[in-house]
Amino acid sequence: MTGGQHGADDHRADDQGAGHADPDGAKAAEPSCPSCGETVYPGEVFCEECGHRLAGAPPPEPVESAAPGGAGAAPAPAGDPCRGCGGTPIDADGYCETCGMRQPAERDHVEVELPAPGGGNGSGPVAAAGASDRGRRYSRNEDALALAAHAAGVAAVVCDGVGSSQRPEDASRTAADTGAAELVALLGAGEDPEDATRTAALRAASAVAALSTSPGDAPSCTYVSAVTRGGSVTVGWIGDSRAYWLSADGAVDPGEDGTGEGGDEEPATDGSGPETAELSTGDMAELGPSRRLTEDDSWAAFMIAQGALTEAEAEEHPNAHVITAWLGADAGQVSPHVATFRPAGPGTLLVCSDGLWNYFPAARDLAALLAAGPAAPGPDEPAAATASDAANGAGGTATDPAPGPVPDPGHDPAADPLGVARTLVRHALDAGGRDNITVAVIPIPAPRSPHSSIHESIPHSTEQPR
Amino acid sequence: MSEQPQFTVKIDQNKFLPEGGREVHAIVSVEAGAEGGAMPAPASTKASEVIIIDTSGSMSYPDTKLRAAVAAAQVAVDTLRDGVEFAVISGSNTASMVYPRQGGLVTASPQTKDKAKRALSGLRASGGTAIGSWLRLADELFDDVQGGIRHAILLTDGKNQHETPEELDAVLFRCGGRFVCDCRGVGTDWEVAELRKIASALLGSVDIVADPAGLVADFQAMTEAAMGKSVADVALRVWTPQTARLRFVKQVMPSVEDLTGKRVESAPQAGDYPLGAWGAESRDYHICVEVPPGEIGKELRAAWVKLVVPGAPGEEAQVLATGNVLAQWTDDEAQSTRINPRVAHYTGQAELAVAIQEGLQARKDGDFDTATARLGRAVVLADEAGNEAITAMLRKVVDVVDPATGTVRLKRHVEKADEMALDTRSSKTVRTRKDETLTTPRPGER
Ligand SMILES: [Zn+2]
Ligand SMILES: [Zn+2]
Repeated sequence: MTGGQHGADDHRADDQGAGHADPDGAKAAEPSCPSCGETVYPGEVFCEECGHRLAGAPPPEPVESAAPGGAGAAPAPAGDPCRGCGGTPIDADGYCETCGMRQPAERDHVEVELPAPGGGNGSGPVAAAGASDRGRRYSRNEDALALAAHAAGVAAVVCDGVGSSQRPEDASRTAADTGAAELVALLGAGEDPEDATRTAALRAASAVAALSTSPGDAPSCTYVSAVTRGGSVTVGWIGDSRAYWLSADGAVDPGEDGTGEGGDEEPATDGSGPETAELSTGDMAELGPSRRLTEDDSWAAFMIAQGALTEAEAEEHPNAHVITAWLGADAGQVSPHVATFRPAGPGTLLVCSDGLWNYFPAARDLAALLAAGPAAPGPDEPAAATASDAANGAGGTATDPAPGPVPDPGHDPAADPLGVARTLVRHALDAGGRDNITVAVIPIPAPRSPHSSIHESIPHSTEQPR
Repeated sequence: MSEQPQFTVKIDQNKFLPEGGREVHAIVSVEAGAEGGAMPAPASTKASEVIIIDTSGSMSYPDTKLRAAVAAAQVAVDTLRDGVEFAVISGSNTASMVYPRQGGLVTASPQTKDKAKRALSGLRASGGTAIGSWLRLADELFDDVQGGIRHAILLTDGKNQHETPEELDAVLFRCGGRFVCDCRGVGTDWEVAELRKIASALLGSVDIVADPAGLVADFQAMTEAAMGKSVADVALRVWTPQTARLRFVKQVMPSVEDLTGKRVESAPQAGDYPLGAWGAESRDYHICVEVPPGEIGKELRAAWVKLVVPGAPGEEAQVLATGNVLAQWTDDEAQSTRINPRVAHYTGQAELAVAIQEGLQARKDGDFDTATARLGRAVVLADEAGNEAITAMLRKVVDVVDPATGTVRLKRHVEKADEMALDTRSSKTVRTRKDETLTTPRPGER
């Protein structure tokens, strides 16, 4: 869950008049590229001209939802032995009839893998993965996670129910599922990733607002989405759930030293802030060293931005984690922040709830956890990532992936995104697990040089994330 | 059996335990009522009633005692619903039938009630007191009925002098669970602890009627309550985890009554605590379970409480209502240190009963320091609980110097009746202090 709401006004979330995309607008094989119009041929996976993934080939995977069926509180199905004592039976309320332990609800700990296109069912390469955990403090997981493949990449949505609202677990579930489904449909219909991101967030907001059954009843949540397409990354958010870029070369942006917010570090724009990021793909910010991609809608972020408090002061304040924007019937007008980036080298796109970043706020912290791999080092052991800051510097060229220090292959996020998600969740649990923890991991391969031809035969492609 | 009332079980507790915490406390509130409010009239409820009147010699010193007892028993007979099986017994060194003369139970009707009342008016007092023999006769009479509400009223004015405590205990052991018996002591020559033991064993109430003039109203109220019962032999079935230990089960409302020793194993990991018959009423129970500590975040069902009517051997019990007592470990002290207000309230009143009984015993034994300390503590607890009836009775036994600290002085002269009233009623509880019902969780709490 996330902290309390702040400054709720009386305006209902509006639909923003966003045009309704045809929900079935996704895909039949076409003779021309839906993105650039160039003629394409059967068997091609990507457009020769613009690199757009072609719809005729492997269809997008369905949305992988972190809580099947959405019955968040439902205990795991009976029949399995008790997770505590191994005894049976488990009664209808989900308690072991021998030791009394409440069996974990399906949503208490969830892991999702999104197979890479053509990757088959489970054993093949993985395009993205996520994990969500109830944590150690709360009796329920109010975070939600959805992963989906769209026509030319991956969409991930993480939502965090607002603990002081009613049925926050329904809000986050609805928002994540709606957001991911809308992203797939909109991108499939050929929408620009930024427009799709904005529209999907607004539709998720409308869906959450519609959960309200009375004026006093306003299920609420945060929202963050990430979309990959054609070498770009687009993030959108409302609230304090975050996205990070973690560069494979281990370089960390100077503003991400773990103490400062990096005041000069405005994602995607030239100082005007992500709120106004309306970028053409030509202007999209290049992603070099590891950094955070989102700016929280939180009281702390606001006070820091105003210059009223230092980050340290703001973090000390009891209001620090109060959010200033959310999805819900009482949220007023919702304005999603949207920003697009173009990674300069390979890396990992991380999307998470505050259950993770409360413990590891800086990109440097997260990069260090990734570099350390599953066998987490103690906090005082040196993190591998810091050694390589200078290796390639910010903005390593797009043609040269320049891997820098070679991460242990067993811990390569590209090879095992779920392993990375699990590891990060485990670190947050070990650090206290005071909140629900949700992590989505999307490996980003080294970019292709522009206009290079791409001919892939699906199962054996060397370009597939491995 | 007639249509049953709707039973509800409600659990009040703070389920959160600190790391390493073991002790889980909960208040289980059991209430019976009909949908729509009114209880179904128990007109068709099968019931039997035995009225036991002490006719030992002391009952005629003064003679008003016996006359008042006879009048009270006659009112009780009048209060019986037609169709109820009943009998009247007189007790001295032995027990004998007043009505019907030949023994057995008689179906209440205007005619049989009239005969019973006439038989009562002929009673004479002589001989000693052997309460066990009276109860044994009552038990034999109840033998003739199968099931239904089985209730007795026992009136005595003296100590159980003409049989040994062991003889009485043996009878109580035999009668426990077979019928419910409400006990009344008239005058001030009877033993509070003795009558309390009988009432506890037979799941009934105990009270003092110091002035015989009060007997008629009291008997009428007791009989009406008995006629209002609609479900016989209700039990609290408590399941606990295999590795847990049930530390106690106490009734805490309307009075403190420790039921821990009455457990009857009933199912795997479960035991039944008999509660007697139930009418349109509510009672509260305090349950304490010791569980092995679990890791932070783990949630446990520490007890599964069911209100049941246990069937005959081999028969499934009828479950009337259920509730869960939970435990969840947390590292948030704000959660784990919060004591549930109702648990605190009843813990205080259970301690109050003990403080009064120990204080009065010490006073009897001449240990005035202990008596002063215990009764002083009782003054504080009664005030905290908002138990004004007990506060008023305490003030007849001690002079309160400072109610906040419990500084008291023993009164030099105390009426015997006042002392016995305080002792007898020390376990009577009040539901809440000034009707505070803290059931709405604070916003943001989960
Ligand atoms: Zn949260
Ligand atoms: Zn178990």
